[in-house]
Amino acid sequence: MYSDPTFLVIQTLNGLQLAMLLFLLSVGLSVVFGLMNIVNLAHGTLYMFGAYFGIWVYNLTESFWAALALAPLGVMLLGMFFYEILIKKLRNAPPLQQVLVTFGLIFVGLDAVRMSWGNLATSIPKPEIFSGSVLIFGEIYPSYRLFIIGLGILVMLVLYFCLERTRVGSIIRAGVDDREMVSCLGINVDLAFFGVFCIGCYLAGLSGVVAGAVFPVEPGMDMSVLILTLIVVVVGGLGSLKGAVVGSLMIGLAETYGQVFIPEYASVTIYALMAIILLKRPGGLFPARAVQ
Amino acid sequence: MSRKLLEVENLQAFYDLSHVLQGVSISVMEGTVLSVLGRNGAGKTTLLNSIMAVLKKREGRILYAGKEIQSLPAYKIASLGIAYVPETRGIFPSLTVKENLEIAARKSVGTTNRETWNLDRVYQLFPQLKDRAQNGGAQLSGGEQQMLSIARALMTNPDLLILDEPTEGLAPRIVQEIESFLTELKKEGLTMLLVEQNLSFATSLADQIAVLGKGQIKWVGSPQQFMKEMEIQHTWLGV
Ligand SMILES: Nc1ncnc2c1ncn2[C@@H]1O[C@H](COP(=O)(O)OP(=O)(O)OP(=O)(O)O)[C@@H](O)[C@H]1O
Ligand SMILES: [Mg+2]
Repeated sequence: MYSDPTFLVIQTLNGLQLAMLLFLLSVGLSVVFGLMNIVNLAHGTLYMFGAYFGIWVYNLTESFWAALALAPLGVMLLGMFFYEILIKKLRNAPPLQQVLVTFGLIFVGLDAVRMSWGNLATSIPKPEIFSGSVLIFGEIYPSYRLFIIGLGILVMLVLYFCLERTRVGSIIRAGVDDREMVSCLGINVDLAFFGVFCIGCYLAGLSGVVAGAVFPVEPGMDMSVLILTLIVVVVGGLGSLKGAVVGSLMIGLAETYGQVFIPEYASVTIYALMAIILLKRPGGLFPARAVQ
Repeated sequence: MSRKLLEVENLQAFYDLSHVLQGVSISVMEGTVLSVLGRNGAGKTTLLNSIMAVLKKREGRILYAGKEIQSLPAYKIASLGIAYVPETRGIFPSLTVKENLEIAARKSVGTTNRETWNLDRVYQLFPQLKDRAQNGGAQLSGGEQQMLSIARALMTNPDLLILDEPTEGLAPRIVQEIESFLTELKKEGLTMLLVEQNLSFATSLADQIAVLGKGQIKWVGSPQQFMKEMEIQHTWLGV
């Protein structure tokens, strides 16, 4: 069965699907890290809130698309609120403080979700057009997973265009290189950073809604994904879109292949991969800033 | 009638425990060039970083066009019409040469009638940069980086140009080139604050010389007077 090419294609698609979700989560985290040296461990919490907001909107409107359009905006507002009351003040704090405060936020988020929506696992129903399956080499494959892959690629392209072809994109890349120098050109880097932070929150919320239709939506769903996301960020290298793309593809595929082909080592495959990459390249594969 | 464009009064600056600037006062008249000289470690870069609010731990007053700026963030100070060419040049390696220039592009805030700087005009002044437009900022030679840093500063259409050792580590031919176009800029009436170790470069460009030593201004005067001050040159510059 393992040598069956159809099986390999199916598993690759599964891996890509996971990779796209990881990409949506890691890209914001990575660029925020790179631009402002902020460690936001509560990024996974935003993902969880994306899923719950999605269910909430779905229950009100009975539309997946309404959930997909609105829930990420809600997550972004939530992110903006925490930026104003907490993250802003952590900007110049030592990393340990940032880690502790945002780690604390994880538990606050967890309890808030439990209190608002209870402990039971639920899910967001898939949209009608992607609720069926397609045939891939004679194998039945859920079309919703292809939708996730398509959405991920679309976001990659949009982000690439914005980062490489627009003035705001230049400001963000320059800010990752040398924040002080950007300020000395009369540009408000903090504002650019806030924008990136908001987009990161939006994308985390987006991935939460999308994932809510394939994975169970339950308190704690953020933890497993947070760890994978952090691994993507570390492997890909801080602050770069390319790093987030390559890192999520590697980790998404390695995680999926690992579980299928070497299930007895599945729990360690990605850690082993990370260790090897970091031994060769301590800054990750494509860090935006050279490692000092 | 000429006025003081930049005034620094009793500036104190600190790094952790060391008190690097101990009451520095200088002023730059509009349309003139003030050159600050001093040995390695005298505090020249610290002075410029303090003016630009890159260094925030400082006391004293800094006035630009009569307005206090010491409590403003760096981007606001810059947007008043001050451009900075730092000692490290500050080229963005992730951006192409063209992007490095475009990111800085801004209209003049002052009421000058100097010709506007834009991409075309900057390329005219530095044809090498046009040839290298699509190259990454990290692929330039030291001289090209310095030119890019100056060109980028001009793209902000500043009224005051602050330069930190623009000739440091460059070949004599390039030093000459930089000297000639800074002279051109001066003729256009651009005000400059120039930190230098290269005495002949500084004295030929400057209207005023200030000597910084041990965190204080030790001497101020014209370049002609300065050339005669062997004692000052010897004690504070080691020549
Ligand atoms: N980031 C820093 N932390 C601590 N001390 C510093 C820092 N930067 C500079 N100093 C110290 O402050 C003093 C002044 O440094 P500064 O860089 O302003 O000198 P400078 O006149 O520009 O020298 P150079 O001609 O070498 O550029 C020096 O003694 C230096 O060691
Ligand atoms: Mg210096």
